[in-house]
Amino acid sequence: MAALPDTLTGYAHVYERAHINTDEIIPARYLNVHEEAELAKYAMEDIDGDFVKRVMPGDFVIAGDNFGCGSSREHAVWALRGAGVKVVIARSYARIFFRNAINNGFLAIECPEAVEVVATGDHLELDLAAGRLRNLTNGREAVFVPLSDFARELIEDGGLLPHIQKKAQAGS
Amino acid sequence: MGMTMTEKILAAHSGRDRVTPGEIVNAKIDLIVAHDVTTPPAVAMLRKLGINKVFDPSKILVTPDHFVPNKDIKSAELAKQLREWRIEQGIERYYEVGNHGICHAIAPEQGHVLPGMTVVCGDSHTTTMGALGTFATGVGSTDLAAALATGELWFKVPDSMLFELNGTLPFGVYSKDIILYIISKIGVDGARYRAMEYRGSGLKSMSMEARFTITNMAIEAGGKSGIMPVDAISEEYVQARTKEPYKCYESDEDAVYSERMTIELDQLEPIVALPSLPSNGRFIGEVERVKMDQVYIGSCTNGRIEDLRIAAQILKGNKVANGTRAIVVPATTEIWKTAMREGLLEIFADAGCVVSTATCGACLGGFMGVLGAEETCLSTTNRNFVGRMGHPRAKVYLASPATAAATAITGTITDPRPFLQ
Repeated sequence: MAALPDTLTGYAHVYERAHINTDEIIPARYLNVHEEAELAKYAMEDIDGDFVKRVMPGDFVIAGDNFGCGSSREHAVWALRGAGVKVVIARSYARIFFRNAINNGFLAIECPEAVEVVATGDHLELDLAAGRLRNLTNGREAVFVPLSDFARELIEDGGLLPHIQKKAQAGS
Repeated sequence: MGMTMTEKILAAHSGRDRVTPGEIVNAKIDLIVAHDVTTPPAVAMLRKLGINKVFDPSKILVTPDHFVPNKDIKSAELAKQLREWRIEQGIERYYEVGNHGICHAIAPEQGHVLPGMTVVCGDSHTTTMGALGTFATGVGSTDLAAALATGELWFKVPDSMLFELNGTLPFGVYSKDIILYIISKIGVDGARYRAMEYRGSGLKSMSMEARFTITNMAIEAGGKSGIMPVDAISEEYVQARTKEPYKCYESDEDAVYSERMTIELDQLEPIVALPSLPSNGRFIGEVERVKMDQVYIGSCTNGRIEDLRIAAQILKGNKVANGTRAIVVPATTEIWKTAMREGLLEIFADAGCVVSTATCGACLGGFMGVLGAEETCLSTTNRNFVGRMGHPRAKVYLASPATAAATAITGTITDPRPFLQ
């Protein structure tokens, strides 16, 4: 599929609190559908009812510890992506959310200091290869461990299912 | 260097002699459990890719549970898609409404979960099944789709935490109190990415029902799985349900654990987790007697027959307090029928409780007891995150079925022990 670009730029929405759970990202009352465009209307509804009004295609979500804990619903990733979010950068992730993200070819970066150097509305540059987040608004930076080879390959393949198909076609 | 039982199961299922925590392996899956919310999107993904056959219908178990009996038109469509898909795929292990149950309860109850297996389900409480010495973990819909298509899935081998349960539980204290205590000590991310392994003399006095409650909540500490060694109690449970052969794995004496914690069970008291984190557990003596609008007894955590017996013992001859609603949800149809035969349903009804058919229902804010703004609920379920049971400003308290039953009678958070004398 598509190789990841070296850098990405976008505007930040910061949710500093730890343990933002998937019920807040996409409440269970919307789980009777799974179309991304429909779920997108309710992204982050229980933590920030105005998020969907402000979010623009290509924006970044910056979050605290254990982002996406709770239910295994992949709808959380779909809702964020459907709303236009390009990447989530959290202090840390709940494991199922992280897994769901890379399985969808969706970027989830673990960056312990991001919440400290970024405010909502800041313009950011994410250097994926170097493992550096630059805040273009205030000039501050945070570093992170770049994606593992395995996660990068999944994301570049467009997610787990295209990855499996690619491997099957390659006969491996 | 030895291996934990989790490492041994993952090694055996990925064709390896040994695995080490942090390694990524491709493991064969023995059982895939499919329900009405996360399966239809997985099926849609496979169709889009032109994959029209599951790898092996005999390794799949299907039961609608979240929003059945259908709560609305969209949910009805999901349940319908699930039903049609299982017919198309020739999946025989199907539990239709009327025989259905919450997937994590019905799968072991009906003898589909065996020691040594790998089990996945598109649901975070899949960890429940680890109480039978099984590697069981929750996944999303993409993982579910991959497992359905190939019978395999990638896993990062988790490191293991060891929880030694010593002694016996005091009167009026239950396995729910143990797991709420553990989560209050390690936090909702204290076991992130890790397997929570339990052992010790304390397990000997615990039925399988009680054990499932503990492994059920591994995810509430961020755990990848919860697991217990196979012993006489689990073997008896399994053999009463199936003749299928199975393999038991034991952790080596010199297995490596990233952390160890010892819990002296006789030191515990009933625990209530305050809103809005499962880690907010407090001994009941330290908890304010907050008024409850609702009490909920059920779910994959505490909707098994032993839970209902305890609740009925307390509710018998009593009435639910004025101003409080009590909802009882047996986790499977079989449990419902047993409760009926034992007269428990009558006790609940006489006390003024609503008794529902099996469903995940209000545990996840679906239906059958959803909360409004500022409403309070003491619930035997597994998580009390913001918005979990309905309105984001509702407040959910987690506790054992005994504490829930006592609270239903008084209408405020209540220590169950005086009611058990």
